[in-house]
Amino acid sequence: MTPAIEVVDLHKSYGSFEAVRGVSFAVEPGEIFGLLGPNGAGKTTTVEILEGYRDRSAGEVRVLGRDPQQRDRHLQERVGIVLQSCGFYRRVTVREAVTHFAKVYPSPRDPEETIALVGLLEKANAQTKDLSGGQRRRLDLALALIGDPDLVFLDEPTTGFDPAARRTAWGVVRRLKELGKTVLLTTHYLDEAQELADRVAIVKDGRIVAEGPPDSLGPGSSRYRVSYISQGRRVEHQTDDPTELLHRLTSDAVARGERLEGLEVTRPTLEEVYLELTREADAA
Amino acid sequence: MNPAALAWQQFRFERKLFWRNPSAAFFNFLLPLLLLVLTASAFSADSEELEVLIPGIAGMGVLATTFTSLAFNITILRDEGVLKRWRGTPMPAGSYLAGLLASAALNAFLQVLIVVTIGNVLYGVDWPQDPLLLVLFTALGVVCFAALGIAFSHAIPNEDAAPAYTNAVFLPVIFISGVFYSSDDLPEALKAIAEALPLKHLIDGLSEAIVGGGGDAGTAALVVGGWTLAGLVLAVRFFRWE
Repeated sequence: MTPAIEVVDLHKSYGSFEAVRGVSFAVEPGEIFGLLGPNGAGKTTTVEILEGYRDRSAGEVRVLGRDPQQRDRHLQERVGIVLQSCGFYRRVTVREAVTHFAKVYPSPRDPEETIALVGLLEKANAQTKDLSGGQRRRLDLALALIGDPDLVFLDEPTTGFDPAARRTAWGVVRRLKELGKTVLLTTHYLDEAQELADRVAIVKDGRIVAEGPPDSLGPGSSRYRVSYISQGRRVEHQTDDPTELLHRLTSDAVARGERLEGLEVTRPTLEEVYLELTREADAA
Repeated sequence: MNPAALAWQQFRFERKLFWRNPSAAFFNFLLPLLLLVLTASAFSADSEELEVLIPGIAGMGVLATTFTSLAFNITILRDEGVLKRWRGTPMPAGSYLAGLLASAALNAFLQVLIVVTIGNVLYGVDWPQDPLLLVLFTALGVVCFAALGIAFSHAIPNEDAAPAYTNAVFLPVIFISGVFYSSDDLPEALKAIAEALPLKHLIDGLSEAIVGGGGDAGTAALVVGGWTLAGLVLAVRFFRWE
């Protein structure tokens, strides 16, 4: 199958500053792909090139088989975009906004159903100035989905959300996957990437420093961490083979007649992998 | 939907939004009319003054509803990311801008119509001598000041600065261009500036159409036309979506 997004050796310079320095990745249809990285890493520049907002300096880019730089209307009809921060008309209701935006697409979704999908039905008659930050973000999502796109770009979709609103938004993104949409998600929330993405790429200084499913990412991610409390202090061991280590620790403890208080066996979270990788990139 | 139908939909959307924003409706629409009634009441004894004032306020109305309003609105739309949002949809840029401009144009024509009507009904100024010329000059003024408004929006750094920037142009220009009094009475230096700018010439043209004998309509059309070309080039050349 042709990838939904294909990026090969993408470069983007602003004057002498190179924001993107040779990024390559591919996103399969139906996949949720996460781009992770600190501010200024080049995530948004990369995504805005894919969305057709910026021209690339070098490299090859294909979105749904087309070059976004051509700004071709047929491509835009199949793509939905949630921008990082984006205002809106203040005195228009949710229903009016969604209904109006539906008119520019050849086969839009039903406005009412789209409003319901993002959970704004009870606010359908509210003007956008009276919505909370989270509700406005859901309107952004409704406007991105109204054209029934095959591919959805979500740039920091839950920034500023309270935990409950984030859970709701995650539910909507999972629903997109059920609908067969491809999603390119940019986020700096690692739990969000871990929760939603099938695969993630960690971007740092304009380059991808790691890529893969969130659970199997990067150096050290196969390590298990075993920890317990001994004499009031938490002791931690790292290992690739927890079976052997646990056997040794528990035998020793039994032999000494001790209990391993607070015993935990954990895999590193994406956050730890991320911190390790971005630290390494700093040191390099 | 084809691009023309989308432009029509955008126009209707802009109309709905316009009347929902009371402060914009006031500054773009009611303020010129208020100034007309206040100034005309002060001069009501003098029909010569009224024949200066009616075309003058009509010209100011065109300036306010196109130049000021578009410079202001496009700055806000750009600064808040609404233009960028449209840019990410299949909405053709031409349809979007046509809807936006048509809404401003309608305001300008309504404004001229109301000013002329108030002039006749309240102050006994004759109906326009040459209605066709009035429509043509209003249309030329709309295109000219709409283009200049879009061009000027490129120079405004952000939405907070928009009122200061637009008023810095609007207020001096209306005071030297013969809105409230004939610009012939101005000192030479100010008169030369007014002669070089388009509003004075638009008012000359409107004056010719409304009361007759206001000035040289050919020169007026030429100067306004020149500014229109310059405005269009600058508006298109430096247009920014974000």
